[in-house]
Amino acid sequence: MKMEQFNNRNVSENGYYLVDIEDYPTDGWGKFKRVVKRTFRGELFVGLWVVMREMVKFDVHTIQYPQEKMPIGPRYRAMHEMKRLWESDAERCIGCGLCEKICISDCIRMDTKIDENSRKEVSSYTINLGRCIFCGYCAEVCPELAITHGGEYENGSEQREHFIMYEDMLTPIDVMKAGAQVEFEGFGAITPHEDARVKKTPLAY
Amino acid sequence: MDTAYLIETVIKVVVILLVFSALAGIGTYFERKILAFMQRRLGPMNVGPYGLLQVAADGVKLFTKEDIIPTNVVAPIFKIAPVITAATAFIASAAIPFLPQFTIFGYTVHPIVADVNIGILYILGVMAVGLFGPLLGGMASANKFALLSAARAAAVFISYEVVSGLSALAPIMMVGSLSLIDFNNYQAGGIGNWIVWSQPVAFILFWIAAFAETGRTPFHLIANDHEIIDGFGTEYSGMRWGLFFIGEYANMFFISFVIPILFLGGFGDGSVLGAFALLGKMAFFFFFFLWTRAAWPDVRPDQLMWLCWKVLMPLAVINVVITGLVMMY
Ligand code: SF4
Ligand code: SF4
Repeated sequence: MKMEQFNNRNVSENGYYLVDIEDYPTDGWGKFKRVVKRTFRGELFVGLWVVMREMVKFDVHTIQYPQEKMPIGPRYRAMHEMKRLWESDAERCIGCGLCEKICISDCIRMDTKIDENSRKEVSSYTINLGRCIFCGYCAEVCPELAITHGGEYENGSEQREHFIMYEDMLTPIDVMKAGAQVEFEGFGAITPHEDARVKKTPLAY
Repeated sequence: MDTAYLIETVIKVVVILLVFSALAGIGTYFERKILAFMQRRLGPMNVGPYGLLQVAADGVKLFTKEDIIPTNVVAPIFKIAPVITAATAFIASAAIPFLPQFTIFGYTVHPIVADVNIGILYILGVMAVGLFGPLLGGMASANKFALLSAARAAAVFISYEVVSGLSALAPIMMVGSLSLIDFNNYQAGGIGNWIVWSQPVAFILFWIAAFAETGRTPFHLIANDHEIIDGFGTEYSGMRWGLFFIGEYANMFFISFVIPILFLGGFGDGSVLGAFALLGKMAFFFFFFLWTRAAWPDVRPDQLMWLCWKVLMPLAVINVVITGLVMMY
């Protein structure tokens, strides 16, 4: 893309022109003429015609919200989701705690323990959606693409605190088995055909 | 004054009160729907089929809300002001012939409460009294926006009243009577006899004045939401506010009856067709009130006064003089 069109500050040669506004009349006769001209130009009828045309066309744009919803983009940052691994259906979260650390509104609280396989396991994990500002840092920092944002935005609550638990965010196992887990397409997500683009790490530095 | 006449009058009064109170409610429904369609919206949709019961919901809300009298208001005037607006609108309707006379069970009914011989003067006068509602309500409210609105009400009042009176004067000279029944009979001969053909200027002026009279959009400056909140209605709540509302809408309906009767033939020769024609004309003028609300901007108070005093009033006077000259020779 060429930058010239942005760097050129010579306004006058770029097709800009001054709007042709008549001088305001100063004497009585001029004002009278202006009133007469405006009165008989019929501009009021243009307005009437426009709204009547829209009424007859009946091109209604209302979305009746609770019954109808707008499609929202895949990158929309609404309520969090916890993903599972495609290979084993196991939880992706490795309990590294990075999301808890980076969260700028301190709304993630998590605890981990070592399970019987000597693997770190999340024992409790909550997000206080009442404080979350949906900035997306947690999803961005997660090394496993485990926590992502989903499209569910109807999280109204009667209280200021509104906690969402790990179990609520986790992809249900039957959804996983059906292969219906939806990946987040926003920032930090795997780009399509990522496998084909993987290269061996060059060791010859 | 015999008993039958008394009973008939009471029945007519009750019918008019009921019909036009209900119409005022339904009018708000039409207003919302038509404005919505003109702005590519749907309007009320959720209460009842196509939002039809919205009127009932609003009514229940207005009737059950607490009637708040704020601390610093002049309570008696504050309380009576909405009643003035609503009552005068209905009192004015007494001289309007809504339909041609018809016979039911061998009894001839005149659908006009009182065919007074000063009909149009009476209607304009009583409707003008209705403006005391906003004026007194606004001044008694102890609220600066209400006070501004009252000042505007006074300005509007003295501006449009001259225009509506003078513009109605020319047709009155032609008919030679103030009774609306006489106006109707004068134009009963068909479309060619309508006064609008001989008095087009008076028709337009009266129509413009009607907008100021009812406070509808081009001249909605008494209660302009975006400038002075709800003007005189700011401090009102519940049914007192509702009375202002009913008064405004009833006024719109009544003036929509008066304009066709004055200028557009009324109910014509009194046949059923003529009755429906009057209702159709009334519907058009009511629709036009809503139509302009969607299409036109509001004028400033000084512009309204400028328009009324410097443009419309001279035109009306010239119109009266020319009418007089033509009638003399
Ligand atoms: S979106 Fe931002 S505020 Fe919300 S939990 Fe993640 S890091 Fe914290
Ligand atoms: S969600 Fe991601 S960042 Fe947070 S603890 Fe689990 S793996 Fe770490």
